[in-house]
Amino acid sequence: MTFESRLARLEEIVGELEGDDVALARALKLFEEGVECLRAASVELAKAEAQVRSLVERTDGSFDLPEFRGRGA
Amino acid sequence: MNKRRPVSARRAGAIEPELFSWPFTDGRGEVAEPSPPPPRRARAPDIEAPPGTTPESAVPVSALAEMAKAVFDGAFMPVWIRGEITDFKAHRNGHWYFCLRDAAAQLRCVVWSRDQRSIPAPPDEGMQVVALGQLSFYAARGDVRLTVRQMDAEGDGLWRKAMERTRARLDADGLLAVSRKRALPAFPRRIAVITSPDGAALRDIVAVARRRCALVEIVVVAARVQGDGAIDELCDALERVARWGDADVVIIGRGGGGREDLWAFNDERLARAVAACPIPTISAVGHEIDTTICDLVADVRAATPSAAAECAVPMMEDLRAAIAMASARLGDAMVGRIEWARRSMTDSRDRLRAGVEGALDGGTVRMRHAAARLNDLSPLSTLARGYAAARDERGETLASVNGFVPGQPFQLLLRDGLVDATTNRVHPGGVPGSDGSRVA
Repeated sequence: MTFESRLARLEEIVGELEGDDVALARALKLFEEGVECLRAASVELAKAEAQVRSLVERTDGSFDLPEFRGRGA
Repeated sequence: MNKRRPVSARRAGAIEPELFSWPFTDGRGEVAEPSPPPPRRARAPDIEAPPGTTPESAVPVSALAEMAKAVFDGAFMPVWIRGEITDFKAHRNGHWYFCLRDAAAQLRCVVWSRDQRSIPAPPDEGMQVVALGQLSFYAARGDVRLTVRQMDAEGDGLWRKAMERTRARLDADGLLAVSRKRALPAFPRRIAVITSPDGAALRDIVAVARRRCALVEIVVVAARVQGDGAIDELCDALERVARWGDADVVIIGRGGGGREDLWAFNDERLARAVAACPIPTISAVGHEIDTTICDLVADVRAATPSAAAECAVPMMEDLRAAIAMASARLGDAMVGRIEWARRSMTDSRDRLRAGVEGALDGGTVRMRHAAARLNDLSPLSTLARGYAAARDERGETLASVNGFVPGQPFQLLLRDGLVDATTNRVHPGGVPGSDGSRVA
């Protein structure tokens, strides 16, 4: 899950929690999931390190992302 | 049609030395060259005269024209000239024909189709242009003509015209519409950068991306950005990114350069490839002042490659702030939900209590009322006043003398207890005056 999709999921959770008809048990479950999303997003931020890669297309049409080694890096 | 021999070859040509020397005479018919010596002219006609010096030695038109061409073409280097375009014709053979003129003179000009690539657009009638051309003698027509290889109008007119034409075609297809512009993702994970791997643009983008947010991965998609093959490589790169499909944003661009260096980014095919890209695009070509067709088609136009990175890459602080905000909202929502639960529980309790109390209160009142009535009706209150009630063995009240049989036992119910008694005598009809019916 990407940072953005985690934030999007959090939005959904908050939206549902703010709604009128969510049962308390469901609310607690959603809250737990939200907390987990937040935790994962924070972890992702903490471990991030800038990477520059090259897009290389193999002959079979698949793609490879080796570390970029050029003057621009 | 166009003989592109080196000037030196044309200068030497296949022209015979004596022919070559011949035209340099003054207006009076005298040979300007020191040779051939005058005595040769006095020779008899049957003796070979220099070609063209006598009616008998007349040279063919083509020989003279060839000679003129050799002299003429060798005499001029390619030159830039300035003039106004008239009689412009784009012939269906692919070549352009026109005249360049000023107040006093005019020259016929041609642009061969293969040279048109380096000219951004055909000139308009009446346009003031500068043209680089080689003046040459065109023997077949006997006139002089300028073979133009480069041209531009005053104030970059032709480049602007070419851009306008491309722009109009793209606009007609709706590719410049504002409604087509897609929003960039707020938190992209991977950014594809289509540019030269050695260029300043990539260096700038990587530097800005690193400074702003380490979470974002830059994926370099190498392509030539100028010169032959640049357009093909840029289009290929866009297609490759689309096939890969794993980037959130595409930056396509290059650093600053001359107008010709940036020209690939004004190409219609590239513009259409940018428009067709399924991933949001940022165009970053040259410096702030350079606007290209690619800029117009892309979802976002960045003034420079650095600015493109600023647009695409969020700040690390923004990400942290987003987490903090999401966290606060989640907490608030949950607190709100719990508060709501608590409130509805309190409400329920209060309503229940009110209901029960209401029921209880009503019951009490009704019971007191009933009790009072019961009390009023109770024989006990009569007994309390000193009366007694008789009951048979089954507990039935004996309210009539008919219920009594002499010798029959019965009970008397009094205010403070029971008395077992026996009937002695029965006196029907009226209350006895004496104590006859009074039971002892």
